[in-house]
Order: sequence, then structure tokens, then C-alpha cells
Amino acid sequence: MEMTTRGLWTLVHGMGFGALYLLACSFAIVELYRRYKPYSLQPISVEDETFLGRWLVVMAVVAWITVLTGAYVIYPWYRAVPPAGMAALNAFPQALLKSNQNTIEWHAIGMEWKEHIAWITPISITMAAAVFLRYRRCLTNYPQLRAAVLIFVFTSFASAGVAGFFGAELNKHAPVEGGETTKLMHGGER
Amino acid sequence: MAINAMASKTMASKPESSVSVMMMPNGPGAAAVLAAGIGCFAMGVVAVVADKVPALARTLNFYKPTGPLSGVSSTAIVVWLAAWAVLHYYWQRRNVDLGRAVTAALVLLGVGVLLTFPPIGDFL
Repeated sequence: MEMTTRGLWTLVHGMGFGALYLLACSFAIVELYRRYKPYSLQPISVEDETFLGRWLVVMAVVAWITVLTGAYVIYPWYRAVPPAGMAALNAFPQALLKSNQNTIEWHAIGMEWKEHIAWITPISITMAAAVFLRYRRCLTNYPQLRAAVLIFVFTSFASAGVAGFFGAELNKHAPVEGGETTKLMHGGER
Repeated sequence: MAINAMASKTMASKPESSVSVMMMPNGPGAAAVLAAGIGCFAMGVVAVVADKVPALARTLNFYKPTGPLSGVSSTAIVVWLAAWAVLHYYWQRRNVDLGRAVTAALVLLGVGVLLTFPPIGDFL
């Protein structure tokens, strides 16, 4: 069982930070919806408030790490241009997808959408974290502001979902592989 | 009355900061929300325009391995942060029409998201 450096980076980007963000998002949406609704009779403790504030900040950090590793570490490997006349395109995922009519749309729609919509996520969640840290429990007094924060957080979740779905499908049809190989396990015959 | 009593009770555990937050104007929140909408809209617009105008795409090629995406995303981030700074500067001590600011932000967010979808960009 072995893994290439590029494969490992893809794993860290998608299954690590990306999936972590999606999981974290569901808690933030539920908490903001349930606890900070206008005229809520449920008291909000300082501990709850501090926890959600830190949670949103960590989510923003995770979102930025995800898009930055995607755009500046993995994407250059994806879009690398093969030398002229090269037939084996396995190390050039974008060229590989574009070389076949059955897979070209995974690039033309999948990657083109993913590479842009992904940036909605960190912008939205950074705003949500900043607004929450400023208003905290007083968000219950500003229903429109809370609604806006909720919608932006939900949009960040949907954007990350789109990016994650296409990331997984693209990696299935044209995996980003290469670089040094690390042996994870020395298998024997079974 | 009960709600106010509840708010006073929960605030009692952290008096100073909570009271000062209670008196806060809505301007800073509106500024953050509207700026995020502007940033998302900028992302969609710059992506579409860079796709249509090869000269702009070349100009936005800030980091060659990443290509024009580096400039498209950086431009959107700069627009977002600049909008946030300017709006915050003007609204930090004011109460603004939150309904209008939020509506504008959500429309900008929606249009920005739609513009990132390639078939819509190609159609324009």
C-alpha cells in the first residue's frame, strides 16, 4: 500500500480540510438557528457563546486553508500542460479529461465551477465569524442580521459541497498523482 | 417582560462586555454582511469577464502555476476587504437600514454564485 506526494496532498485538501469543514458547518447552522432565534427564551451562557465564536473562527481558518491548498498546491498539478505529442496523459489530469468527449465536461463544468465557487466559502464564513464575535447573544436582537449570517453560512456549506462533490469526481476520473511515493504498508501474499 | 428579564439574567454573568454590546449600532454588522455580498459578486463577475477577455485573463495571471485563477480570486478578495473597510469606516457608529443592506447582500451573493456556474457565464 503506497501513496504519492500529490495523492497525499489531495487527500489532506479534500478528505481532511474539506470534509472537516462540511461537518463543522452543520453544527454551526443548527446552533445559530436554534439558539439565536429572535426572542428565544433559552438563556445563552457565556461558555456557549465563547464556544460558538471559537468554532466559527476555526471554520474560517479551515476554509481558507482548504481553498489555498486547492488553488496553490493541487490545482497547478491538475492544470500542468503536457509536452507536445505526449500520449500518456495520466500525470496531466486536465489534459486527460479534455482528451475524451466522455470526460471533457468534468473539466469544463466540474473544475471550472469548483475553482470559482469554492472561494464563496471562506468569504462567507469569515463574515459570519466576525459578525458573531461582535454581536454574540445580541444577535437575537437583530433578526435580519442573524438571518443574513445563517444564509451566508448555509451558502458556504452548499459551495463547499459543490466543490467537494466535483473534487471527488474529478479525482476519480483523472486523479492528481505523482511525486515521491511513500510506502504505507508492506503487503505480503494473502 | 419575561424576555427582558431573561436577557438581564443571562447578561449578569458577564456584565461589562455584554452591556456595551447591547448598545452597539447595527452598522458594523451591516457593513460585514454587505461587503461579503460584494466580495461574492466580485468573484462571479471577475471570473466571467476573465473568461471572456483573454487580455484580462493574462493580466490576472499573478502566479503562473495557478494561472488566471490566482488573479481572479485575489481581485475578489481585495474588493471584499476594501468594501468591508470602507463600509465599516462609514457605518461603525451608525444604525443603518438593515433590511436594505441585507437584501442587497443576499442579491449580490445569489448573483455571484450563479455567475460562477460556467453555463451561465458562457450564456452571457
